[in-house]
Amino acid sequence: MIIAACTAGGGAGGSSPPAKSSHKPVTLTVWSFFTGRELKQFDGVLAGLKKTAPWITVDSVGGKQPTDILRAINSGTAPDVAIEPGPDDSAKYCSTGAWINLGPYITQDHVNLSSLSPPAALRYTSYKGDQCSLPMLSDAYGLYYNTAMFKAAGITSPPRTFSELEADAKKLTKKNPDGSLKVVGFDPLQAFYESYAIDYGIYSGASWYSSSGKSALASDPRWAQLLQWQKSFADWYGYNALTKWFQTVGGANSEFSASNAFETGKVAMELDGEWRVAFIASDHAKIHSDYATAPFPVADNVASDYGAGQIGGTIIGIPKGAADSADAWAVVKYLALGTQAEERLGELLKNVPTTFPALKDPVLAGDPNFKTFLNIFANPHSGYKQITPLGTADGDLFSAFIDKYLAGSVPNLRAGLQSVASQIDRQVQLG
Amino acid sequence: MLAEAGASDGPSRGRPVASRRASRRRRQLRHYGVVALFLSPWIIGLLVFTLYPTFASLYFSFTHYDLLSAPQWVGFSNYRFMLTDPNFWQSLRNTLWMVVFATPLQVAFAIGCAVVLTRVKRGVGIYRTIFFVPTMVPAVAATLGFVFILNPSGPIDRVLSLLRVPQPLWFQQPAWSKPGLLLLGLWGVGTTMIIFLAALLDVPKELYEAADIEGAGPWQRFRNVTLPMISPVIFFSLVIGVIYGFQYFTEGYIASGGDPSTLGSPQGSLLFYSIWLYQQGFQYFHMGYASAMAWVLFIIIMATTLVLVRSSRRWVHYQGGFL
Repeated sequence: MIIAACTAGGGAGGSSPPAKSSHKPVTLTVWSFFTGRELKQFDGVLAGLKKTAPWITVDSVGGKQPTDILRAINSGTAPDVAIEPGPDDSAKYCSTGAWINLGPYITQDHVNLSSLSPPAALRYTSYKGDQCSLPMLSDAYGLYYNTAMFKAAGITSPPRTFSELEADAKKLTKKNPDGSLKVVGFDPLQAFYESYAIDYGIYSGASWYSSSGKSALASDPRWAQLLQWQKSFADWYGYNALTKWFQTVGGANSEFSASNAFETGKVAMELDGEWRVAFIASDHAKIHSDYATAPFPVADNVASDYGAGQIGGTIIGIPKGAADSADAWAVVKYLALGTQAEERLGELLKNVPTTFPALKDPVLAGDPNFKTFLNIFANPHSGYKQITPLGTADGDLFSAFIDKYLAGSVPNLRAGLQSVASQIDRQVQLG
Repeated sequence: MLAEAGASDGPSRGRPVASRRASRRRRQLRHYGVVALFLSPWIIGLLVFTLYPTFASLYFSFTHYDLLSAPQWVGFSNYRFMLTDPNFWQSLRNTLWMVVFATPLQVAFAIGCAVVLTRVKRGVGIYRTIFFVPTMVPAVAATLGFVFILNPSGPIDRVLSLLRVPQPLWFQQPAWSKPGLLLLGLWGVGTTMIIFLAALLDVPKELYEAADIEGAGPWQRFRNVTLPMISPVIFFSLVIGVIYGFQYFTEGYIASGGDPSTLGSPQGSLLFYSIWLYQQGFQYFHMGYASAMAWVLFIIIMATTLVLVRSSRRWVHYQGGFL
């Protein structure tokens, strides 16, 4: 249904056909969040546009965050093409018309989106049938596990369900003589690197919103089951013991450094994105030949969903007010739907390309550890949290609640979930 | 006679007088014009960057405004929403904690440091510098430094461990996160301390001599001479401290991770009023609600300042006796 809605919206959105490019020389501004090395690599790929659209000169500006783009739209100085690091704002852009609906261009060029991109990627770039952005590279999340530790503990394969994950983690955990944690099998706490509990919804089959558009955090029992499992798992270690261990191994700041707990062998399994493969190589981590990747385990009652995962990443679109939207569309089409550009961006930035042809890129698929993430991205059950005009507010509020619950500060889980669900629903009132 | 003379002279002297007045008016106008010209950068700044945003935010506080669509008038809806917003109340409680505990403690600590410095006989310049240097460290760097040294693997916890004293998880436990920031605030009292030092050195020696003659001990000298004499500075520091406390932002933002999904952590204990306002306005783009929160904060600060000003009549002593 949703796929149909996306593609239908993409194809039929807008009443009149858009103006075609005059092919007169034009300079377009492209804003992205890339900086430094990544910006140079991105610009290199962007230069390839000259082959297909030689009349377009691109002025690429990096280091632009969503707030910058929003301010520019608000003040009528928006760039011709905007690129954002995550899909959270796409619903707001669609619902307010801040980014134009690409549907008429997609129709005009006879692009069949559903044959090019996985449905989940089209879901997080469209809202109520309007395709206001397109996916341009994505992240995919899976399980990284230390094969040497697995072997030493007699574990022969990665866990496929939450109960297997918990059992393996307990076997892999080691303590210091003073009782403090030395090696943690798996850290189930909120905000352990990428292990945001809110992302676990994908792995437990829980829905964010009901069919009526209300928050389903209280009404969908899978959320309560997920949190109860997570809390009992964390309590096995001890909340304070686990928190202290994480701070001792470097805390959140160690994530993108060579002292990352997985790279230094202080945690045996972790939920992480595809980029970790590149970090392990560039950091010359001592576990570089002792690790493997797999899809992240799923809740026992949705075991058949194993293989799917959390995905979501960069989006690209045309802000309203762009002087030459027909040529801007040529840039968007080249970067988001062009196989060569997607492959090259994926290879350089070590992210997952978002089109089916680019997912077959032999360079990316040649690394078995990276291929895991290409498969997760293509899995029809993979997805991103349902996007709404609230942006990240729903996730942030739930995240704060989980933080309190796992610490033992929420005496009544049901009441707490109802309260946070109501808080999310009421945020809509703020416009 | 005079009237007659005046009347008779009128027509003949009228023109020069009028002409002189007109000339004076022109000179005055030119003078005001020059003044206005020199003041214009400030006046334009005041109008464009202060008055316009102030009144615009007042208008936005009665609207739903997401920065992308035109503001929609909603009356007092944003203000009513505040009453039922749990994060609003939590952020207000956290902020009040900082105002109530951190501000008086910082003032007391600054007085203490200044008093100690007045007693130092040798190397006073070095000590003053040592006490003052922390204020020159940017708030972000200072907070990151404190997060590091109070970390479970940091130096403070190692010392506590050697002394077999329990080591709290400073910025990971709600009970300790605000006291951790309070320590940071005490570390950076240099500016206030310097002001107190100047005030202490300004207390007339005769008053101490008189107190000595009356047989006053050190505490009585401090209680009955020093404190009243520096009370205007205490009052000033309290007012500034309270205003700063209500707007507390940077240290709380950094200590809670600086990431939108972790702001206010651990467990909401560092969700300060300005942080929640910032999140609503600049992350969720609820600019109407954020504006309403800003106006409520303004009213709270104004009311608290007025209470302090009113109370000051009873405990602040001005040497000049102007008040």
